Amino acid sequence: MNSATSTPPRIGSGRMITAMTATGALCALFIVLAYQGTLPRIEYLKAKALEKAIVEVIPGMTSQKVFRLQPDGTLQEVQEAAKDASLVYAGYDLKGNLAGVAIEASGMGFADVIRIIYGYNPATEQIIGFRVLESKETPGLGDKIEKDPAFLENFKTLPIVLSADKSRVQHRIVAVKHGKKEKAWELDGITGATISSRAVGNILGTSTEHIVPVLHKNLPLLENLAKQ
Amino acid sequence: MTHESLWAIFINASLINNFVLAYFLGICPFLGVSGKMATASKMGGAVTFVMLISSVCAYALHSLLVAIGAVYLQLISYIVVIASAVQLVEMFIKKVSPTLFRALGIFLPLITTNCAILGLALFQTNKGYGLLQSVVYALGAGAGFTLALILMAGLRERLEYAETPNVVKGTVLTLLIAGILSLAFMGFAGLGSN
Amino acid sequence: MSNPISQGQNNKGFWSALAQSQSTNEFLKGLWKENPVFVQVLGMCPTLAVTNSARNGLAMGLATTFVLLMSNTLVSLLRKVIPRQVRIASYILIIATFVTLVDYAIQAISMELSKALGAFISLIVVNCVILGRAEAFASKNTVGRSIMDALGMGFGFVMALLALGSVRELLGYGSIFGLLVFPPVYQEWVIMILPAGGFFTLALWLFVFNWYKTHKKAL
Repeated sequence: MNSATSTPPRIGSGRMITAMTATGALCALFIVLAYQGTLPRIEYLKAKALEKAIVEVIPGMTSQKVFRLQPDGTLQEVQEAAKDASLVYAGYDLKGNLAGVAIEASGMGFADVIRIIYGYNPATEQIIGFRVLESKETPGLGDKIEKDPAFLENFKTLPIVLSADKSRVQHRIVAVKHGKKEKAWELDGITGATISSRAVGNILGTSTEHIVPVLHKNLPLLENLAKQ
Repeated sequence: MTHESLWAIFINASLINNFVLAYFLGICPFLGVSGKMATASKMGGAVTFVMLISSVCAYALHSLLVAIGAVYLQLISYIVVIASAVQLVEMFIKKVSPTLFRALGIFLPLITTNCAILGLALFQTNKGYGLLQSVVYALGAGAGFTLALILMAGLRERLEYAETPNVVKGTVLTLLIAGILSLAFMGFAGLGSN
Repeated sequence: MSNPISQGQNNKGFWSALAQSQSTNEFLKGLWKENPVFVQVLGMCPTLAVTNSARNGLAMGLATTFVLLMSNTLVSLLRKVIPRQVRIASYILIIATFVTLVDYAIQAISMELSKALGAFISLIVVNCVILGRAEAFASKNTVGRSIMDALGMGFGFVMALLALGSVRELLGYGSIFGLLVFPPVYQEWVIMILPAGGFFTLALWLFVFNWYKTHKKAL
């Protein structure tokens, strides 16, 4: 920088623009190449991670279809799992019967937003699987929602009590203190992770109230597609 | 994720997940300018201001990039656009209100490449916030940053007259205080949920 | 931690000869005398944010080293071409490019790792160490020396992140690189993995460095 500090050479703006454009073009080339090169692998990994999560929450499924929840309350099959909040994944067993539906949900936890995925079986009207996709809950305390065996036991069969015409949820899922579970639709919470387990109850409650009636309304669509 | 209420976003960004004390963003100015109360509050104001601008810019830019399908240019365009926007605003303030410029001006160039600003833009994109949510998020983050900076400055002004061993003077002591502040801020966790 | 230095004292002939060559000097200064984290106290955000485990610290350190190496090389190559007035803007463009590259590479290698590091990979752009080296060193020196400088600073950074990450993981989870070190009866210090633990651990390391420096002078 010695020459520059004494007398900065006079440079026309033309040269500056040329230099910046050239640098920019070079950079853009690098980025596009890297993007193109890694894209297939990244998409593959993403799809695999999602599939793993879905298989985990719908025991016994072997194939899946993706549906988008339309604003008017109907479901529509989509081919590509675009990054979109309102997707549900229907899982089918070997015989082509509906094994369950996986639904993503999220809400505020203790430290930050918790994202979960859960499986719902319309035939038995039960939640059949649950998994935390993302959480920043306190290690050792709040993160028990991911691995506490007693808590996860809740989700093997958690009934959703529906009204007679299945148009709404009769009893919203709520988390209660550990050992205080009395009703079928209550979640047995975790000692030391009261707020995190309550948050999970809340997320599930809100999501099921919203989505389960829609699933039942669209059940023929979900089941028929598999038989084709 | 876009259904979070504005109040929850604000509390989350300012207290629960304070940018400085929980995400470690903007540590450089936090360590550098937290010596005096007066500078700290001005710096906080300037950062909040820049955050607001960059939040709006990032929102517009992200919408544009998604529309033309060039999300891979996100990082490079964020940093360029935010830096230029702040430069423009700086010139504008200088022209319109020299008093305000004297108060904020010297900090503005410093802040442009501050990680808190780019961090804010990236986080709001990752969280999928809308325009209003983004603005509230920026306000919350700015308020949290200012709060942390002012608390720190208050503590450090006091410590100036305390007798501390030579080896811990300066950065070590500041980091220790920051750790204790961070612990204290953990008490806010859970405010956002019910 | 002090490997290069202490070994140098062990077999003086070889090492002092090597240390006199300039490029070795460029390399060594980053590791110890001008360590970016412990001495220059730069690049604090990633240092604190992702070092809750040794693995994350290492990954972050290597990613930063790569960006530093590439940007130093390119800046040094282009140092006579880029006009002075637009140099900072071009440096930022170059750095942002390589960070984007690293971001995609990490996503392609492991989803888990990219999730753990999150937006902090993108934030390498604003790591002052990188722009600092481009401006202070690579823009004035030959390509070879700039590469040595980048490698030295990079490994100094990796070293610092590893030092922080290992301490935090050891005390916070009782393990290092995921391998259980302490017996399961060990009650984890959860605070070490939390943000507060990052501040405390860095304070501790800086304290050790300061103490060493004053102690050495006293001797």
